[in-house]
Amino acid sequence: MRLEVEGLTRAYGGQRAVDGLSFALEAGEIGCLLGPSGCGKTTALRCIAGFDRPDGGQISAAGEVLAGPGAFVPPERRRIGMVFQDYALFPHLDVFGNVSFGLRGLDRAARDARAREVLDLVGLGELAGRYPDELSGGQQQRVALARALAPRPRLVLLDEPFSSLDTEVRRRLAGDVRAALKREGATALLVTHDQQEAFAIADRIGVMRAGRLEQWDSAWRLYHSPATRFVADFVGDGAFIPGHVEGERRVATELGPVEGELTTPLASGARVDLLLRPDDIVVDAGSPLRTRILDKCFRGAQFMYTLALPSGERVLALVPSHEDHEVGGELGIRLETRHLVGFAREA
Amino acid sequence: MAEQLSFADIDGRRRIGIAGRWTMDRVDGLARVIGPAVAGVPASVEIDAAGVESLDLTGAWLLHSLEGRLAKAGAVVSWRPARPQPLAFVDELLAQGEAEEAPRESRSTLVTRPLHRIGRLTVGFRRSALDSLSLLGGVVTVMGRACLSPHRFRLASIVRHVYDTGVTAIPIVALIAFLIAVIVAYIGAQQLRLYGGEIYVADLVTVSVLRELGVLLTAIIVAGRSGSAFAAEIGVMQLNDEVDALRAIGLDPVEVLVVPRVLGLVLALPLLTVVANAMGLAGGALLTWSLVDMPFAQYWDRVNESIAPTTFWAGMIKAPVFAFIIALVATLRGLQVRDSSRELGRLTTVAVVQSIFLVILIDALFAVVYMEIDF
Repeated sequence: MRLEVEGLTRAYGGQRAVDGLSFALEAGEIGCLLGPSGCGKTTALRCIAGFDRPDGGQISAAGEVLAGPGAFVPPERRRIGMVFQDYALFPHLDVFGNVSFGLRGLDRAARDARAREVLDLVGLGELAGRYPDELSGGQQQRVALARALAPRPRLVLLDEPFSSLDTEVRRRLAGDVRAALKREGATALLVTHDQQEAFAIADRIGVMRAGRLEQWDSAWRLYHSPATRFVADFVGDGAFIPGHVEGERRVATELGPVEGELTTPLASGARVDLLLRPDDIVVDAGSPLRTRILDKCFRGAQFMYTLALPSGERVLALVPSHEDHEVGGELGIRLETRHLVGFAREA
Repeated sequence: MAEQLSFADIDGRRRIGIAGRWTMDRVDGLARVIGPAVAGVPASVEIDAAGVESLDLTGAWLLHSLEGRLAKAGAVVSWRPARPQPLAFVDELLAQGEAEEAPRESRSTLVTRPLHRIGRLTVGFRRSALDSLSLLGGVVTVMGRACLSPHRFRLASIVRHVYDTGVTAIPIVALIAFLIAVIVAYIGAQQLRLYGGEIYVADLVTVSVLRELGVLLTAIIVAGRSGSAFAAEIGVMQLNDEVDALRAIGLDPVEVLVVPRVLGLVLALPLLTVVANAMGLAGGALLTWSLVDMPFAQYWDRVNESIAPTTFWAGMIKAPVFAFIIALVATLRGLQVRDSSRELGRLTTVAVVQSIFLVILIDALFAVVYMEIDF
């Protein structure tokens, strides 16, 4: 089911928590609102679920207006499932009871069949008789997802679904959740501050800052073609180095001219900050570009080095960890960029 | 670091040159170089910012404070080529900060404070009244709908609440009704003895227990016991997002949480009142037997004689009304819990205090009405 949000605004005491948020999520897609804490993403989600009344704008699902000027459908009639941050399982019901609780209106056989079906979908078929306090965090999370999916909602919302899990479980579960949502053919919207989670689950990601949507795009484009400096900073690692534009495909920097497609057109001669991702920098012992290693961080397959250029500017480089270079030593580098991301220099 | 800020006095003018990167990562060094530039400043200063490569908010803040210190020292500051843009942003931020703080100062005078308080309370009262009305409306709607399709009544849930609020409360209600009746009988006996009317102790106990004390005491105990339990149970569910979870799977919290509690209590409180009445009469019997030496058979005769056809019902009618009020107030307060466990404690207390107050208020209204219609 297609979800459409237009100009959504919600203010608390004059402070706009969500400020003119607009985006559309196609049926069967998994979307994600990504942003630092306090950026208004959870408020937006609560407005879509119906737990919060927007002050302006319109939310519609499959053409039906859920909230807008003069219209407000209460949450229990929206047919929107939600997975809460702390799962909010009913503690006095077992797993099966939790999942089938929302299936009123069906006869007992159909109800049991549907509950079994969603429990199998999330891989918890054999734990149906357990109570929530007898389950691990990851299992509780999957019960919450099954409960949300059971009544075949038009849309599933997930509020920071993995924030109370440890990193290992988180990574595995993110894949499982995506698989379950896709198998069910559900349209889903997730809210998180963790970009790895967003990348792992979502088809489309919206980066939010201070109640506004900075960019609504695929993960690849957020990383490689950020629309704003904030998105460039927030998504992925990287460093800006100063330079100026020389023609359509060239930026002159202290690392020499860098060539590639500029993702946002800039006038020739403009002073820019050029974004260099750690994967844009390749170690090349023979390169005339010498840098000094300021810091390094072991990441298993790679080292993340912080390098100082002769001018004092810093860049990050992701280098395969076959060799271990010393901090303080010299490293020759060369650039390998396909496209250039630059923002006009402020001040 | 020194080359980022240089200054020279020429012809009674000071020229301060600013260059390089004025950014967060260099803030330590920069903060140190500002001091000397301000010392012994002449009346006119020119700041040349042409060489600035980058300037972030931290740098702008430093320049802003440099500007402020120069102005404070009595110098007229001019910028070349222009005042950097981020400084205007700092101005704006500071102006906002002042604008927000200004009303707070004027707020706390002796006159405005009570007015403010009254206004707040009025708004709060209005909201509270609207909330109660909307919950009442919800309860009535759900009950009406349930009358049409009785499976919506959630029998299991109602039975559980009858058990929790009624059956488990029997010992405490029985004990308290018994003791209060003993006290009433004792004081009655003492006073009536002055007129030689000890025999009327039985009448006194019967009428006061059946008409007033039985139901009132039961309601107060239940308000303390079950009112707090309702508010706390629903409040905890609010804090755990369970109430929202119910709505998300398409269930109305009024139907699932409120109505079973209301109906459970409406059934349980009259039953408890019967227990309280019986125990009260037993307490009266015990005391008259031991203190006034009235045989049990005679006490029973007096009891029978003093009971008018309406006496029992005058008390019983009130029980479901009290139950409805207690359940409604308590569940409302539980649903009002938002975001913090401090709220939970506060609203649980409010639920108990308010329901006891309302019970006594309505009891007084009943007394007035009974008097008027001579019930």
